[in-house]
Amino acid sequence: MDALTGNITSEQDRWKYLDKIRTRPGPNTNRQVFDGSNVVEYMSKMRVLVIGAGGLGCEILKNLSMSGFRDIHVIDMDTIDVSNLNRQFLFRQADVGKFKAEVAAEFVMKRVKGVKITPYNCKIQDFDEDFYMQFQLVVCGLDSIEARRWINSMLVNMVDEEVEDTYKPMIDGGTEGFKGQARVILPTVTSCIECQLDMHAPRAAVPLCTLASIPRQPEHCIEWAHVIAWENEKPFPKLDNDDPVHINWLYQKALLRAREFNIPGVTYSLTQGVVKNIIPAIAATNSVIAAACCNEALKIASNCAPFLGFPDNNYMMYSGNDSIYTYTFKHEKKDDCPVCGNLARELTVDPTWTLKELVDSFATRPEAQLKKPSIRAEGKTLYMQSPPGLELQTRPNLEKTLVDLGLEERQEIGVTDPAFATVMFKFKLKFAIK
Amino acid sequence: MLKIWSMKKEQQKAENEGAAAGKKKKVTAAQLRVQKDLSELSLGLTMRTEFPDPDDILSFILYITPDEGMYNGGRFSFSFNIPPSFPHEPPKVLCREKIYHPNIDLEGKVCLNILREDWKPVLNLNAVIVGLQFLFLEPNASDPLNKEAAEDLRANREGFKRNVKIAMSGGAVRGEVYERVLI
Repeated sequence: MDALTGNITSEQDRWKYLDKIRTRPGPNTNRQVFDGSNVVEYMSKMRVLVIGAGGLGCEILKNLSMSGFRDIHVIDMDTIDVSNLNRQFLFRQADVGKFKAEVAAEFVMKRVKGVKITPYNCKIQDFDEDFYMQFQLVVCGLDSIEARRWINSMLVNMVDEEVEDTYKPMIDGGTEGFKGQARVILPTVTSCIECQLDMHAPRAAVPLCTLASIPRQPEHCIEWAHVIAWENEKPFPKLDNDDPVHINWLYQKALLRAREFNIPGVTYSLTQGVVKNIIPAIAATNSVIAAACCNEALKIASNCAPFLGFPDNNYMMYSGNDSIYTYTFKHEKKDDCPVCGNLARELTVDPTWTLKELVDSFATRPEAQLKKPSIRAEGKTLYMQSPPGLELQTRPNLEKTLVDLGLEERQEIGVTDPAFATVMFKFKLKFAIK
Repeated sequence: MLKIWSMKKEQQKAENEGAAAGKKKKVTAAQLRVQKDLSELSLGLTMRTEFPDPDDILSFILYITPDEGMYNGGRFSFSFNIPPSFPHEPPKVLCREKIYHPNIDLEGKVCLNILREDWKPVLNLNAVIVGLQFLFLEPNASDPLNKEAAEDLRANREGFKRNVKIAMSGGAVRGEVYERVLI
């Protein structure tokens, strides 16, 4: 009995301080939107998606569970490698080779009673809009820019301006060595990943001519082996960056080339680093950034304090390189952003129109006013004003009706006009017979 | 028990197919950008594009017929393959003929700075084709991909010109046979 009571008390103790923060207004709480009486229940029902169960992901899953979220889903396609164990603390030696999402979910559920974590051992690209629609919040702990850009464009494109539930706040954490960032994106409302793409320094590319003729650095020799020697000799059908035999082949090739040009410094681990583009991971940076991200998640979910993202600051950068420094600022949304600056607008058309009638209608439509529009749908070139060959190939389409061309309601079309260098319109078709 | 399982799977499969059919295809950023770039191309009289499949604007062929310089009289073609990440990554461009040129190797790889290290999303397809055209007007010996051709150009410009003529008519230069590209 005592033991039982003790258990209950300790379970309640666990949430005591969290509940003080999220159920009572503080000095910075916006009382117009804060409702302490229902926040505990609201948060426990809120469905949160975590993308990535690696260095940041382990921290994020632990933090969210301890912040009062109880319905968490996690996606990660990777399996556990022995080199992860120093910082990805939800994994043990015996877990090596198992899926990260699965092991992480199981571990956290065992430690935090009442939390349900649903793992998905696959790529984010394996899911569609319907899947992502079920969440109220997305927290990313990713290591690739590609994956960020993909989920970003998915969340931006999901927004239906008339339906509130289609706006999914996205919290993105990222680390590289001692540096990191935490940012909040409110799709179509604030600056998105694509708007902020220039914040990521791209990897410096080496001129092909330098690789082919006169290498100067050990990296050039490795890139030469990677780009040129492999292509020419094809020792294996496909290069697998994780296969030590393949890496060793590149290493030996690079070594020979380095000897030829008298360049020191080509090693196996440098080869691995250059080919796999390895970024060093530091546990402390991960935990600082994950904490910042989950703090935002708690604030967004509970309204207990103003969160990052709107209307002002949306980007927190952190550097531990030289003591500790953080700076929080507003990254402006870009009007010409290819993802969030260019949303499809509704266009009412008569499906029995010929394409020519649609083309001509653009000249007089107040929302377009284009005299020489070129029009395409996904996978289908409808009419291009130029170049001449393409114009000739697509000209027969002008006489066909929109239905005959296979266009459907809600389909998107892209419209450009050379007279307006910056114009790229996207329209969502709406059929209305006149 | 087993039966319920398979029925459930069947049902889910049918649901997924239904969902996929109801999905409307969206125009991707890369396609829209290529569409814009294409409608702004200024090809002039020396260049022409060819689209094997007009519905796939991400791959096409560019023909260049220089009307001056040492490659005058030839016709050269380049295959353009534009990655889905365009304009954040440059188009992939290959010369389809085996030609004698210091900046184009025997496999057709092209050394043009804006196709690799100096590519920026603000550049467009027009910048690329202008760059390609320039390679035929001013072959550049300091950025060699075909080292022998570059040395030839540097050491003896007149001799290089003669070798270009030989290569363009399908002859051999230093034991390497080139493709006939004369019109």
